Amino acid sequence: MKEVSQENTSGTPTEYLSAPSNLPKREWKNRLFRTIFATAVIFSLLMLLILIIRIITQGIGSIDWQLFTNFASRHPDEAGLKAPLIGTIWMMALTGPISFVLGVGTAIYLEEYAKPNRFTTLIQTNISNLAGVPSVVFGLLGLTLFVRELSMGRSLIAGALTMSLLILPIIVVSSQEALRAVPAELKQASYAMGATTWQTIFKVVLPASVPGILTGTILALSRAIGETAPLIMIGALTYIAFLPESIMSQFTVMPIQIFNWTNRPQEEFHMVAAAGIIVLLVMLLVMNSIAVWIRNKFQRRF
Amino acid sequence: MSDNERPSIRKMIEDKASQKGATNAAEKTMPKLFLICAIISILTTFGIVLTLLFETVTFFSEVSIVEFLTSSEWYPMFSDPDYGIRPLLLGTFTVAAIAMVVAIPVGLAVAIYLSEYASDKKRRTIKPILEVLAGIPTIVYGFFALTFVTPVLQSVIPGLAIYNALSPGLVMGIMIIPMVASLSEDAMSAVPQSMREGAFALGATRLEVSLKVVFPAALSGIIASFVLSISRAIGETMIVTVAGGGSPAQGFDITSSMQTMTAYIVQMSLGDAGFGTTVYYSIYAVGMTLFIFTLVMNILAQFISKRFREEY
Repeated sequence: MKEVSQENTSGTPTEYLSAPSNLPKREWKNRLFRTIFATAVIFSLLMLLILIIRIITQGIGSIDWQLFTNFASRHPDEAGLKAPLIGTIWMMALTGPISFVLGVGTAIYLEEYAKPNRFTTLIQTNISNLAGVPSVVFGLLGLTLFVRELSMGRSLIAGALTMSLLILPIIVVSSQEALRAVPAELKQASYAMGATTWQTIFKVVLPASVPGILTGTILALSRAIGETAPLIMIGALTYIAFLPESIMSQFTVMPIQIFNWTNRPQEEFHMVAAAGIIVLLVMLLVMNSIAVWIRNKFQRRF
Repeated sequence: MSDNERPSIRKMIEDKASQKGATNAAEKTMPKLFLICAIISILTTFGIVLTLLFETVTFFSEVSIVEFLTSSEWYPMFSDPDYGIRPLLLGTFTVAAIAMVVAIPVGLAVAIYLSEYASDKKRRTIKPILEVLAGIPTIVYGFFALTFVTPVLQSVIPGLAIYNALSPGLVMGIMIIPMVASLSEDAMSAVPQSMREGAFALGATRLEVSLKVVFPAALSGIIASFVLSISRAIGETMIVTVAGGGSPAQGFDITSSMQTMTAYIVQMSLGDAGFGTTVYYSIYAVGMTLFIFTLVMNILAQFISKRFREEY
C-alpha cells in the first residue's frame, strides 16, 4: 500500500511538481500516529501482564494442599477453598444443563421454526436487551422470584436458576450463529429424502452445529463462573464450613469467597484471596482451552 | 444395490409407517417445547420489570418520589433517613466517566491499529489476548484495584483515600478497553476495501485513510460501541463494591469514596437491610433507576447503529 500513497492529488502534474511537497510532513504524521496506536495496544497488553504477574506473585505462596482441603477460617494460613470449590462445581453442574436446554431450545425456535413476524422480532429484541441488563439486576430478580416468591431459600438451585437466566442471552445468540452456519443444501437434501422438520433438525442441523453451540455454552459458563454480584444478592453465604448435599443446600462459590477475603483488612487474607484468584483463573483457562479445542477439532467449514 | 437389500428396504418402509404416529407427535410437540423456551426469555424480562416495579412502588409508598428525585442527601441508615438518589447517580457517572477517559481513547486507538495498520497475523495474535482481558472476572479487577492500583496511586496523590472513585474508575476503564476495541474494529472492518483503495489511489497516507475515510464511514458503529461501553460501566458492580467504598458522594472529589448505585445494592444485600424495611425496598428503587439507565443506553446504541449506518 505504501507505494500507492506516494502520489499526490491536486492540480496538473506540472503544478504538483513545482509546488513544495507536503508529503514528508504527512508521512511523518502517519508514522507518529502509527506509533501512538501501537502504544495503545502495548499499553493494554502490559496492563494484562501486570495484573497477572501481580496476582501470581501475591498468591503463589499460599497455594498448597491445605488450600484445597480446608474450609474457610479466621486464620489466614489455615483458610481453604474446599466449600467454594465444591460449590462452584455444583453451580456449574446445575447452570450448565438448565441454560443449555433453554438457550438451545430458544435458538432452534428462532432459527428453524419462527416465522418472520412481530412476535419473533419481539423475542429477538428482548434477548439483545437482556444481554445488556447489569448482572446485579438479575440478582434482584433471583432474590425476589426464586429465593422469596418460590421459597427456594438461599439454595444452590435458586443461584443456578438466576445464573441460567443471566447467561441465557449469550447462549441463545451463539447457538443461533452456529445454527445459521449450517448450509441450506444440507437441510434441503434431508427434506428431499422425506425427512420431517424435526427429523431434519435433530439428525442433520444439530449434529452439524453442535461444536459451535458447545463452544458458546462453555464460554457462557466461564462468564457465570466468575460472576459475583448476582449470587451475593441471593445471599450465597461467605462463611460456610460444610459441603452442599442437595440442590436445596446453602452454598458459597469461588468469587464470593475471594470477595470475602478481599474485604478483610489483613494483608494475609489478601494473599489467600490472590491464591483463590489463581485457582479461579486456572479454571477459566481450562474451560476456555476446551472451548477453543472443540472449535478447532470439530468445527466443519461448509 | 444387491438383491438381498430389498426386503430390508421394504421393512424400513413398514417400520416408518408404524412409527408415523410417534414422528407426527414429535413433529407437533417439539415446536411447542421450543416456543416455551423462547417465551421464558420474555418472561425473564417481564419478571425483572415487574419485580422492580412492585417493590419500587412499595418503596414510594413510604418515601415520596419527589424526595427520591430532588433531595441531595442519601443516608438510608440514619435515624432520620434521607433518600435522594442524586449522590448515587453522581458516584455512578463519575466512576463511569473516569473509565471512559481510559477506555475510549485507548480502545479506539487499538481498534484503528488492528483494523488499519496491523498485518493479518498480528491481528490474529493480539485480538485473542485482548479478549482475555475482557474475560477476567470483575472481582479480580476489584482485587487488583484495591490491593495494587490504589496503593500505587496513593504514592503519587498523597490525599487519596483507601476507598476512592479514581482507582476503580481507572481499572474499570482497562477492563472495558477490549469491548470498545472489538466493537469499533468490527465497525471499521465492515467498511469496504474499495473505499480505502480509492483513497490510497488519490495519494492519501494510511493515517488519512483511517481518519478521513474509514472513521467517518464507521462512525455510527463506533459511537454505538461507546454508548454500550458506558452502559457496561454503569452496571459494573464488583470493582466499585471492592475498591470504591460505601459512602455516598460529597461533591466531585474523586479522591474520596463515591458509592455507585450497584455498590449500594450489594452493600445493602450483604446484610445491612432487614426484609420488609424501607431500606430493603430502597435497593429495588435504586435497581429500577439502574435498569432504566442501562436499558435506555442499550436501546440508544441499537438506534444509533441502525439509524445512522452508512450502507455500501
